[in-house]
Amino acid sequence: MLALDPSKKLSFNKTIADGDLVIVYERHDTMKAVNVSEGSVFQNRFGVFKHSDWVGRPFGSKVYSNKSGYVYLLAPSPELWTLVLSHRTQILYITDISFVIMYLEIVPGCLVLESGTGSGSLTTSLARAVAPTGHVYTFDFHEQRAASAREDFERTGVSSVVTVGVRDIQGKGFPDELCGMADAVFLDLPQPWLVIVSAAKMLKPDATLCSFSPCIEQVQRSCEALRMNFTDIRTFDVLLRAYEVREVKNDSMQGHGGSPSQQPPCKRRQTSEGSNKQESISSTIMARPSAEAKGHTGYLTFARLKCSE
Amino acid sequence: MSGNQSNVDSVQSRRVTWEGCSVLLDINDGDRLVFSRLTENSTLKIGKKNYSLRPLIGCPFGSLFQVEYGAEGSKLSRLLRSAEVSNIEDNGDYQPVEEHRDNRELVDNNKAQSLSGEDIEELRRQGATGDEIIEALIANSATFEKKTAFSQEKYRLKKQKKYAPRVLLRRPVARSICETYFTKYPARIGFMRVDTLSLLLSMANVAANSDILVVDMVGGLLTGAVAERMGGSGYVCNMYLESSPYPMDIVRMFNFGDEICKRIVRTSLSDLCSVQNDPSEQMGHDVSIQNDPSEQMGHDVSATANSSNEQMCSHETLTEPSGMEEIALPSENEVSKCKIPKAGDKASQETIDLWKANGFSSLIVAAPELDTWNTVKDLMPHLSHSAPFAIYHQYLQPLATCMHRLQSEKMAVGLQISEPWLREYQVLPSRTHPCMQMSAFGGYILSGVKICNPESA
Ligand SMILES: C[S@@+](CC[C@H](N)C(=O)[O-])C[C@H]1O[C@@H](n2cnc3c(N)ncnc32)[C@H](O)[C@@H]1O
Repeated sequence: MLALDPSKKLSFNKTIADGDLVIVYERHDTMKAVNVSEGSVFQNRFGVFKHSDWVGRPFGSKVYSNKSGYVYLLAPSPELWTLVLSHRTQILYITDISFVIMYLEIVPGCLVLESGTGSGSLTTSLARAVAPTGHVYTFDFHEQRAASAREDFERTGVSSVVTVGVRDIQGKGFPDELCGMADAVFLDLPQPWLVIVSAAKMLKPDATLCSFSPCIEQVQRSCEALRMNFTDIRTFDVLLRAYEVREVKNDSMQGHGGSPSQQPPCKRRQTSEGSNKQESISSTIMARPSAEAKGHTGYLTFARLKCSE
Repeated sequence: MSGNQSNVDSVQSRRVTWEGCSVLLDINDGDRLVFSRLTENSTLKIGKKNYSLRPLIGCPFGSLFQVEYGAEGSKLSRLLRSAEVSNIEDNGDYQPVEEHRDNRELVDNNKAQSLSGEDIEELRRQGATGDEIIEALIANSATFEKKTAFSQEKYRLKKQKKYAPRVLLRRPVARSICETYFTKYPARIGFMRVDTLSLLLSMANVAANSDILVVDMVGGLLTGAVAERMGGSGYVCNMYLESSPYPMDIVRMFNFGDEICKRIVRTSLSDLCSVQNDPSEQMGHDVSIQNDPSEQMGHDVSATANSSNEQMCSHETLTEPSGMEEIALPSENEVSKCKIPKAGDKASQETIDLWKANGFSSLIVAAPELDTWNTVKDLMPHLSHSAPFAIYHQYLQPLATCMHRLQSEKMAVGLQISEPWLREYQVLPSRTHPCMQMSAFGGYILSGVKICNPESA
């Protein structure tokens, strides 16, 4: 998923090989992570797909089943991975993840601490952000989850920039060896306020911390704990509203063409030969917000370690 | 635990200022935000006075400075964090829970303060610090004691801002630069909010060692933010579709060293298409035809870019009355001394050829002035298969049209238009609530993944 070696640039124009991780795309809400293995098949409601048919094709290809059903084979990315990973815990999604990385000011070369690892959804994006020279140390006290996360990081190819530790972070704090080395700390724990003192020890001056908590009471307590050593304490909620797009034909209204003013001025010129004849019938592209959306994921509290000297 | 790489040497991650570095100065808790470059001679105007920025050189980002009066007049001097108490948010033991006072007896007139302007001047001449003046003002206020704790704090803050203004030294990074422009000059960055920018970067899978095609008509913010994420690897290709490149002055606000700057290159679409008449090319057959060859004027471009940069440099204006000013851009001789690396060279033919062979690994467009669908249609053939893309616009309709076309021409999957929504909260004991003011709009994003479609080119 990451191009850690500059000589092997991230280029998707390479073709799918045996052993590659691909994201099998059926629809925007139906995707699956599959490791290509010559002898295997992939099966869904559209039929049986032979992996051997996939090998040698470019990423992004449309491939067919025995019943002429089709899927697309996409190259994996942290965004797609978040949509297909197996949920062993609640996870963070792209909206929160993007904001966290930007607001924590994480760039290549940074050393980042995280707890808990959970399903590794955030970790995968953190890994992309610090690569190729930085490192993510992520901790979970749940042995099984840590082990599964390690396997996932191997599978997605980020393991060289991620170290998973098994540790009770609320009880013991982050390990002393990392003292004063962190550019950022991220907490997704039930009682984050217990970790603030340890986090302050790990961070460089002016470095950033973020705590993700679903409940406002948790935020309240974390903020109280933060006021000691941190400044610039800010709490946010970030959500995404999706839009649906429809083409509505209004040929019933005015017959042919409609009034010119109804047409978007920008692009009703001639299009390449292949485009459909319906261009001449007046139609309007309309958008509206989807009726359903996530109303809350968690509060994101950010803070910056005070400069002491 | 092994492998403690701490890559602190790259300029980008330095946490202490140096001579010639770019800084963001936050004056009086966000009242004013100023980008500046720290040199021997750079100054900052606060009130009617110019203050030398020299004391800021060599200090950690995050340091706080206050105007202090001394024998040789006033200057900026560093405050130790333990000394700062008067900021409401920072004051941990501030407990408004049990408030017995209220404002019923407060009368608003000008008689409450018995210290006159002359008295204050006199105090100054005697060498009083800003903090001492504030204490004197409080002691001579007839109403201070009657105020609620909250109003007392507000009073103190107001006086502090006036008599002992503070300057917070911030690191100019994508986050702070975007927020600063969004607050002060949103139009210059196409009204792109920081959460929107963050989504563009992840939706387009911006990562080390990738080749990102960028159409940046938001002043260079996007180019800078992408370059920051790549840390001096791969390429940010700042593409222009018209005759001349788009300005990217904001890139200079970031503290990019040479290694990052040379990864920011410019190309015109016609340059990218020019040699594509080789029929064996695997990508974009119809693009080279669609592109008018008369548009090939990419060669004198870097010259144009340079001169526009210099123009910015030579205007040495200082503070305007309010808001943010890109001040203290270094004059000629200073430039040579602190060697500010320049970004945005023309892409070499070698690099262009590589892009032609491999395609870009992703695309980000923030071009409010271009027709969205036509732009995307022209650029898609230059992306590698399965490349993600993210298109920004402050209006919904162009994105809806573009999404519809991408769908009906089967060029992409996973298409989605989304609008981020960001709400900030005030969190204080017994006074937690969403902030009264919020930004109601930060732009729309169309995202998707290009598919390999042999039927459509
Ligand atoms: C909600 S999950 C984190 C999800 C993660 N952010 C993601 O995106 O996949 C919280 C994790 O914290 C771990 N955890 C809870 N208490 C902990 C503690 N005291 N020390 C370490 N990990 C802990 C849990 O085992 C769980 O896996």
